[in-house]
Amino acid sequence: MKLLPLGMLLPGEEGVIRDVGERRSLHCRLTALGLLPGQRIRVVQNQFCGPLIVAVGDGRLALGRGLAHKILVERVGR
Amino acid sequence: MSEAALQFGKEEEMKPAQVVLALAGNPNVGKTCVFNNLTGARQYVGNWPGVTVEKKEGELFHAGAQVRVVDLPGIYGLGARATDELIARDFILSGAADVIVNVVDATNLERNLYLTVQLLEMGAKMVVALNIMDEAAAKGLRIDVSKLSMLLGVPVIPTVATKKQGMAELVATALQQAREEKQRARIVHYDKEAEEEIAKLETLIGEQGVPLKGFSSRWVAVKLLEGDEQVERQLSAYPALLTAARKAAARLEKLTGEDAETLIAEGRYGFIAGLIKEAVTRQPTVAEKATFSDKIDRVVTHRVLGIPIFLGAMWAVFKFTFWLGDPLVGYIESFFAWLGAAAAKAIPHDLLASFVNEALIGGVGSVLVFVPPIFLLFLALSFLEDSGYMARAAYVMDRLMHALGLHGKSFIPLVIGFGCNVPAIMATRTLENRRDRLITLLIAPLISCAARLPVYVLFAGAFFGARQGLVVFSLYLLSISFAILAGLLLKSLVFKGEEAPFVMELPPYRLPTLRGTLIHMWERGSSFIRKAGTIIFGVVTLVWLLSHLPPGTAVEQSLIGRLGQAIAPLYAPCGFGTWEAAVALFFGILAKEVVVGTLGTVYGVEEAGLQAAVQYHFTPLSAYAFMVLTLLYIPCVATIGAIRREAGWRWASFAVAYTLALGWAAAFLIYQGGRLLGLG
Repeated sequence: MKLLPLGMLLPGEEGVIRDVGERRSLHCRLTALGLLPGQRIRVVQNQFCGPLIVAVGDGRLALGRGLAHKILVERVGR
Repeated sequence: MSEAALQFGKEEEMKPAQVVLALAGNPNVGKTCVFNNLTGARQYVGNWPGVTVEKKEGELFHAGAQVRVVDLPGIYGLGARATDELIARDFILSGAADVIVNVVDATNLERNLYLTVQLLEMGAKMVVALNIMDEAAAKGLRIDVSKLSMLLGVPVIPTVATKKQGMAELVATALQQAREEKQRARIVHYDKEAEEEIAKLETLIGEQGVPLKGFSSRWVAVKLLEGDEQVERQLSAYPALLTAARKAAARLEKLTGEDAETLIAEGRYGFIAGLIKEAVTRQPTVAEKATFSDKIDRVVTHRVLGIPIFLGAMWAVFKFTFWLGDPLVGYIESFFAWLGAAAAKAIPHDLLASFVNEALIGGVGSVLVFVPPIFLLFLALSFLEDSGYMARAAYVMDRLMHALGLHGKSFIPLVIGFGCNVPAIMATRTLENRRDRLITLLIAPLISCAARLPVYVLFAGAFFGARQGLVVFSLYLLSISFAILAGLLLKSLVFKGEEAPFVMELPPYRLPTLRGTLIHMWERGSSFIRKAGTIIFGVVTLVWLLSHLPPGTAVEQSLIGRLGQAIAPLYAPCGFGTWEAAVALFFGILAKEVVVGTLGTVYGVEEAGLQAAVQYHFTPLSAYAFMVLTLLYIPCVATIGAIRREAGWRWASFAVAYTLALGWAAAFLIYQGGRLLGLG
């Protein structure tokens, strides 16, 4: 099982979140938005600079790059 | 935060016979729309996260019962941090509501049900309003409502709030629920290991005789295991329990490899996933395809095109405002000119005629003239917000905002500031981080709001002829530049520290309803008319009175003249050391458009003669410096009040002091610099 930061996925690629990093202060918020281990996440837009857009369930989220690098995912095949 | 808690502490004092119905739900699920439908109140319907930031209430009568409806800020869960989320959470936890109507977006059930499950675990009496059913159907989602209701154990009512569908049933069901006893305690079954720890904690809670205040011991146990700070604080008198909970969480982490908080969240999402599997069928055709919103986003949030598109959108907003507004301003101007002439003829009494012409028509009239562009500006901004574009603008600007040590989300309040600074300051409540909030609300008053517009239009029209559009545009650019400059200074001098992580929902694009956008425009724009009738009327009457007292003196020797002369030297280095300008700026603190009204009154001219009077007293250079000072110096009292409410007196005083210094320095540099260049 190879983990990589969410920020490294290409647009269209999907992954399963394995670790959201250790920011306790942000934990509940990320969880409530569906960002927690085991959730499937798809990168909609990633320009490798600035924030990215991800799809979680039917919703779309904008994520800052810093945050996206702390979230570790396991890439799943398309 | 403690302020919010105090406010809600008062709930019990309200009439006991009344039923209190609270609307809770995620942002952008049509909660405000349901609120409008239920209460008929004219309220704000938005489409970007956190639009409902004030505590809004309304009344509703149903089958002889009086119902107080409370619209809570949008929240994603009950473990909140941002101010608006804390407000909602405190209210829900205080138990002040007899019944909670949980508005849920049917097109995004998984995330929406996370809050629902937390509310259910709390044991709240509630009804789920399954909203936006029309879009869900269009998306190919088929939801078995009765099954969903059975699995959740509470009534579920399908609704389409924008079309007022399902409202009567929702109210009837909610009132019925309010009368029932609350019961449900166990909704989610967690992992075996977690359940064991929960059971142990429950036993301990029973043994220690912990007061539960209507909550179940299971709920308290789960909250403690999650490490909920607020519940921990309330139970600080039971250190043995808190220690046991911490030990239990540590044991769980050791056993499962995951921290207890995540484990519990996973349990809830697991329950939701099962629920969706049972109750929702999805036509596969549409599910995987890029949605309509994604297609727009590909263009609008493009790395190269994104910022030009945003600038284009703002340009279009102002173009629309002036293109439609200018002819209307012309009509209203001619109307007041006619009214002035008619009044002069009809009123025989000299003093009364002077009051009507100078104070009413010259003062209030010169402000009312600007009602059309102000309303149109709000209309255009409301459209941008309600359509969902504003969240994209925040996304696009994120990279630039990083230069200020802020992130994209802080950008939304600033754009709202172009309409009015007060809602801009309230919109900072959606920011989770205190440092981000403070920087944003301290720079928001520098954004050129619609109330400054009358000042620009008067002076730019009087001095810059064909180039007045460019001059007004330059003031908007200056306003943004100064906000950036102030942000940089505040970041490096006052608020050193780490940036907060950026996470924000991008709601699907929705074509705003005409009614919704108009209500929104009216909500914000009508305050200008109210202001014209109250503050501005009051101020111009006062100014007129003071300029005629003591009786029989020339204006320069009147009370107002003396006040102006006392302040004037302060502004002399900026190029406008006249007592009239000083008086206008003094009263302009009450509301920026008062500057125009006051000038009309102290020059003793009607609306039509104001331009000529201004041309006589200013030069183009001093006029520009005056406009810049009006833009930057001291926020209006409403804005100062908003800053005080949000951040306290200390920061409000700081905002007054720093904007005055900034404004004076900028006007001084422009005037003296311009003179050195031989411009004035």
